[in-house]
Amino acid sequence: MTDLSVNIAGVKLKNPIITASGTFGNGREISEYYDLSQLGAVCVKAITLKPRQGNPPPRIAETPSGILNSVGLQNGGIDYFLKYELPNLKRYDTKVIANISGSTVEENCELARRLGRDVDLIELNISCPNVKQGGVSFGTDPKIAAEITARVKESCAVPLIVKLSPNVTDITEIAKAAENAGADALSLINTLLGMKIDVNTRRPVLANNTGGLSGPAVKPVAVRMVWQVFLCTRLPIIGMGGIMTGEDAAEFMIAGASAVAVGTANLVTPTAALNVKNELVGYLEKRGIKNVSELIGSVLAY
Amino acid sequence: MKKPHICEILDKQELTENTFDMVVSFPQSALPGQFIHVLCGEGVLLRRPMSICDAGRGWLRFIFDVRGEGTKRLAQHKIGDSLDILGPLGTGFNIEKKGEDTPIVLGGGIGIFPLLMLAKSLGKNTEAILGFRTKSLIIMEDEFNEACAHTHITTDDGSYGICGLVTDCLTNRISKGDVSSVYACGPMPMMKAVKKITEASGIYCELSLEQRMGCGIGACAVCVCKSNGEYLKVCQNGPVFDAREVDFDD
Ligand SMILES: Cc1cc2nc3c(=O)[nH]c(=O)nc-3n(C[C@H](O)[C@H](O)[C@H](O)COP(=O)(O)OP(=O)(O)OC[C@H]3O[C@@H](n4cnc5c(N)ncnc54)[C@H](O)[C@@H]3O)c2cc1C
Ligand SMILES: Cc1cc2nc3c(=O)[nH]c(=O)nc-3n(C[C@H](O)[C@H](O)[C@H](O)COP(=O)(O)O)c2cc1C
Ligand code: FES
Repeated sequence: MTDLSVNIAGVKLKNPIITASGTFGNGREISEYYDLSQLGAVCVKAITLKPRQGNPPPRIAETPSGILNSVGLQNGGIDYFLKYELPNLKRYDTKVIANISGSTVEENCELARRLGRDVDLIELNISCPNVKQGGVSFGTDPKIAAEITARVKESCAVPLIVKLSPNVTDITEIAKAAENAGADALSLINTLLGMKIDVNTRRPVLANNTGGLSGPAVKPVAVRMVWQVFLCTRLPIIGMGGIMTGEDAAEFMIAGASAVAVGTANLVTPTAALNVKNELVGYLEKRGIKNVSELIGSVLAY
Repeated sequence: MKKPHICEILDKQELTENTFDMVVSFPQSALPGQFIHVLCGEGVLLRRPMSICDAGRGWLRFIFDVRGEGTKRLAQHKIGDSLDILGPLGTGFNIEKKGEDTPIVLGGGIGIFPLLMLAKSLGKNTEAILGFRTKSLIIMEDEFNEACAHTHITTDDGSYGICGLVTDCLTNRISKGDVSSVYACGPMPMMKAVKKITEASGIYCELSLEQRMGCGIGACAVCVCKSNGEYLKVCQNGPVFDAREVDFDD
């Protein structure tokens, strides 16, 4: 039997496959397609203090090998999450990661306090490109990233993951800033800011004009960033960006990720994360690898 | 557990130059107004939503216009090929509202496709109002004739049937009395007008909306429409909505 378990900041995941925030809702729909207990962890849709409407539609556009989205953190707010969504997720034998996306430092602290120990890990989203306040503006300046990480960490009763934006010149600076400020793990990448224009109407396809690019198109950028961050910090990394297959997952782990998240692939097929897990097992078995952790950071770089 | 179905294409017809009619094997039953979400093939990442036009034991039929890359790839499939299909998805039409009076199914362009199965379920006193750009694009007239007590055809250029808009035809028909309900699918301006007309005359109305989709199952929140000031998911709360619940931007 292959040992699939991995460790993220002291939290043991039975396998390294996680769902990426925003592509899985709160699990209700996808749970009709497979037992969520088969995943290492689930990461839920961004949570804010008050319910958020999100941006006007259209909110999605297909691009070569990718998609742009501009959902803008639509969610029912923390009360709704704690009362209605979390108890449902707790029925499954999997770890729950709460993705918090407050528009101020204080809001994020409050969210972390409200979550307390009711979730296994908290992922601080300082990288959403689709909102005017907070979001990516927290994640592109190392000083601000450090400050918000330190403040939220004080309010966290469980390990804190900081989710990094790829919309920066040097991701290692932000990664190191978050590490020094007390982050327990890092996740990357969030979406890359992009745009698509209909050349017949000269109108942007997204009503928000711009959106976040994800899917296979961003994978090489994400793999490169995971590798760079792996080299410059000691923190466990959750890698994501365009993972569609088990081999993609293996590639991220070889680059330095301790676990991986499946995002856009969930929009293509609801069983995507489970398929990625099964294919990863196939990859390991075929090569006689007994322990998935052997992959982590094993790239034979030139 | 639900799962994507691998479906064999049992029949494929080219109805007009740009419109394809496909019948696939399908293991589940479906309700009028529900849709399927279809993987179109290499090079197309997201699925494409298609209304269920008709379905029976072990088969399902959908009709589509070739618009862009996805539908172009879909149209290249041949009889005997297989398609990866999710569904049936969404909340369909409310067909409980049967009565002695006349239900009307009304559609323009690709909006007519979900109406055939609906008309069949609503019963023989149903009337159809179908709009086309021009005579050469008229399809499914015989099938609607068979399912409905009367089928009104409009063309934009007057080359066949009534010259003008489906909504003018609807206003006329309503003024004659005995219309109990209206079920509509088509372009946004048409839907907006249908909502206005039915509200003004106090007639129950359902609209099947279109929105760009990702997952198609309610997980990603990209496919929203405004309803009573809130964003609802077209793929899950809809695609069919009570017209009173839909807010159109002015
Ligand atoms: C619930 C529902 C039922 C539908 N039923 C039918 C049907 O029975 N027959 C039919 O011909 N068409 C139907 N459509 C529209 C059909 O889905 C689009 O024409 C198709 O997705 C276009 O894809 P494309 O790649 O050819 O075009 P492109 O314009 O290249 O598509 C680019 C992206 O935009 C999306 N998109 C483009 N137009 C639409 C649209 N009108 N509605 C939703 N998404 C769109 C595509 O899905 C794709 O993600 C339906 C749409 C919805 C939402
Ligand atoms: C529709 C959609 C919604 C998303 N919403 C969120 C979100 O609420 N919070 C967040 O941190 N990331 C969000 N993301 C980013 C993903 O979690 C992930 O970081 C990114 O899409 C890259 O992975 P992928 O290429 O596998 O999708 C969203 C992505 C998509 C496609
Ligand atoms: S398409 Fe994903 S929620 Fe509707």
